[in-house]
Amino acid sequence: MSALMDILASAGLWAAVLRIATPLILGTLGALLCERSGVLNLGIEGIMTFGAMIGWLAVYNGADLWTGILVAAVAGGVFGFLHAVLTVTLGLSQHVSGLGVTLFASSFSYYVFRLMVPVAGTPPTVEPFQPIAIPGLSDLPFFGPAFFTQTPPTYLAILIALILAYVIFRTPLGLAIRMAGENPHAAEAQGINPMAVRYGAVIAGSALMGVGGAFLTLSAFNSFFPTMVQGRGWICIALVVFASWRPGRALLGALLFAFFDGFQLRLQTALNGAVPYQLFLMIPYILSIVALAVMARRARVPQALMQPYRRGER
Amino acid sequence: MSEAVLEISGVSKRFGTNLANDNISLSLAKGEIVALLGENGAGKTTLMSILFGHYVPDTGKVSVMGEDLPPGKPRAAIRAGIGMVHQHFSLAPNLTVLENVMTGTESLWSLASNVSAARKKLMAISGRFGLRVDPDARLGDLSVGEQQRVEILKALYNDARILVLDEPTAVLTNIEAEKLFSTLKDMARQGLSLIFISHKLDEVMATADRIVVLRGGKLVAERKAADTSKAELAELMVGRAVHRPVRDAATPGETVLEAVGVTVRQDGVDRLKAVDFHLRAGEVLGIIGVSGNGQTVLAQLLSGTAQRSAGDLVLYGHGIGDLTVAEAVEAGIGRIPEDRNREGAIGEMAIWENAVLERIQRFSRHGLVDRRAGIAFAKKIIEGFDVRGGTPVSRIRLLSGGNMQKLILGRNLIERPRILLAAQPARGLDEGAVAAVHERILEARRAGTAVLLISEDLEEVMALADRIQAIVGGRLSPPVKAEDVDARRLGLMMAGEWEKEQVAHAV
Repeated sequence: MSALMDILASAGLWAAVLRIATPLILGTLGALLCERSGVLNLGIEGIMTFGAMIGWLAVYNGADLWTGILVAAVAGGVFGFLHAVLTVTLGLSQHVSGLGVTLFASSFSYYVFRLMVPVAGTPPTVEPFQPIAIPGLSDLPFFGPAFFTQTPPTYLAILIALILAYVIFRTPLGLAIRMAGENPHAAEAQGINPMAVRYGAVIAGSALMGVGGAFLTLSAFNSFFPTMVQGRGWICIALVVFASWRPGRALLGALLFAFFDGFQLRLQTALNGAVPYQLFLMIPYILSIVALAVMARRARVPQALMQPYRRGER
Repeated sequence: MSEAVLEISGVSKRFGTNLANDNISLSLAKGEIVALLGENGAGKTTLMSILFGHYVPDTGKVSVMGEDLPPGKPRAAIRAGIGMVHQHFSLAPNLTVLENVMTGTESLWSLASNVSAARKKLMAISGRFGLRVDPDARLGDLSVGEQQRVEILKALYNDARILVLDEPTAVLTNIEAEKLFSTLKDMARQGLSLIFISHKLDEVMATADRIVVLRGGKLVAERKAADTSKAELAELMVGRAVHRPVRDAATPGETVLEAVGVTVRQDGVDRLKAVDFHLRAGEVLGIIGVSGNGQTVLAQLLSGTAQRSAGDLVLYGHGIGDLTVAEAVEAGIGRIPEDRNREGAIGEMAIWENAVLERIQRFSRHGLVDRRAGIAFAKKIIEGFDVRGGTPVSRIRLLSGGNMQKLILGRNLIERPRILLAAQPARGLDEGAVAAVHERILEARRAGTAVLLISEDLEEVMALADRIQAIVGGRLSPPVKAEDVDARRLGLMMAGEWEKEQVAHAV
């Protein structure tokens, strides 16, 4: 028991929680934005992988870190555009198209990586983002090292969550996005082009996914390997449901999942091999399923999610 | 009343080989209510979609206040002051009333919604026309009538001066419909111009100043409401004289179904309270009432989807236990469900599949569906019941409401059921289809079927039923003979006022 308390009281755990949460926050917000407009984007896993690769590659080739992030965002947007063409313009099944995007983007990432970077025993590295201590706040005992000594993209992710919440619930654009996801015919009848709204939301959301991927190679780690996203995209899809399509709750959900993850890592070391570590690896996923089952029952799904919109057809 | 606010001139629109609108011209004056009357498929909705910029016409143009509207631009139509109230509401159930109304009214790039100004404007409009709503209610929690109010408010919020309503009463109860029309008249008095689409002669005569009749995509007549009659309009609309069939004297046979003190409890509420009724062969029993008073549960009880919590059911002289759906079918109870799209048919499946689904056992051979027999069966129904617009293999969704209803009737009546349960059989159908459906029901009655007709349409019940019981709050009045009542008395019965005089008229 005291081992548990020690873990919970260590600033290191909480600092790790924020770090682990960052790609999840960005990915979840991206998926949430797509779904609010009525498009499920299962391309997320591949788009995160590609963002991780291309952001890293840009920096590896001499770009600065923020340019790397930007490149990842643009690349994510391009895949988003592809998904939008397939699902919005052509009205294809959003599941199938999304899985196709994931398979394509994942393999394409590896292909480009192999093309540009020679095979080496130890993977090449870049100099990643360094933690920035926020003046004043980082001097607080416990809270300082736990929450205010993060790399810039983490602060950015939290800021984006707040901005997205504001946009979705407080601006005409957000209302248009929600209407496109609830009833595109109604949006059209009010003079809004739901196709254009969906394109915009899918592209912007995919750009966020790309940035979430780039965080892995430019901040959490410093090199790229093809399997590094490791299902984070799928967790994001679940987190969107957990969050009932609300950015604030998405932030909380991502932190909660990251907490389970950071906790189990430390629990592994604390118990020192007494229990097979694979069991601990399962903890965050099992807890997410439980949390999902509890939360999602009350969720209000966007009514037009996964329904292609065709003008004039009801 | 003289200045024209809206002018539609020479509009034509072709879909494939179907000329939906053929050179139609129409004008609307300030403060005027025009009814666009026509059967389903006459081109009313197409014309209104062109007006609203959903479709681009092949020829012709629309002008508002003398200014031409650019074709195919809903936004421009809204800006010119045209508001559309669709039959299937364009609303989002998960959003609030205010959000539904505000969508698209502000620049998409402004940094904040001005919610308080919007609320103020909405409340002002709502007060001015007596359209009361709670702006913060979730739309999905509102009744259908309230949702329609939101749809109208949405149009008015966009400063509509011309309001187009597509079959506004199709989803409303009689009382809600009356309220709606008094609101519409009030709007016209306040200077708005209205077009409403309808195929119901009563409401057209009662509400419109002028009536425009469409048939087969052409404008066939234009009449002042004061100068015409229902009979003339019906003939113009259908293209020939239509007569709703009349019932001849009944010769009721034995009692086939009897309910004694039946109570049905659902979700902790008694939906039916100790009801008594009996059905006799060759006779129509009409159950009249405003919808939502237990009709749905009554229909469910007899189709096997709801069970009694008290009381007895006697079928063909034997007391029965809980009835399952399969047993109801086996027992020869034919059913016409209240909501044909949701319970009567599976839209994406073929007509023949819909025709055989409830007796799939009989159309199976060695565990496989006997497609050929099913198609033959469907063909027989299509021919026998004059179902138009589809072949056995086309999807049932493509049929019009009337033809879908004829198919459902056909699949029940072709087997000569001993009991026919008809719930709101003519709801949403046009004049020609109503006559056809009524004729079939009376034909079944002549052949000895016992018919239970559940309806909220006074005229329909008085035309078809031999005996009538009113349903109010889950309770049934004692039966009265159709000859002994008039519309006024039925109205009182529907309001629950039967207690005092029941003994004198009970059959």
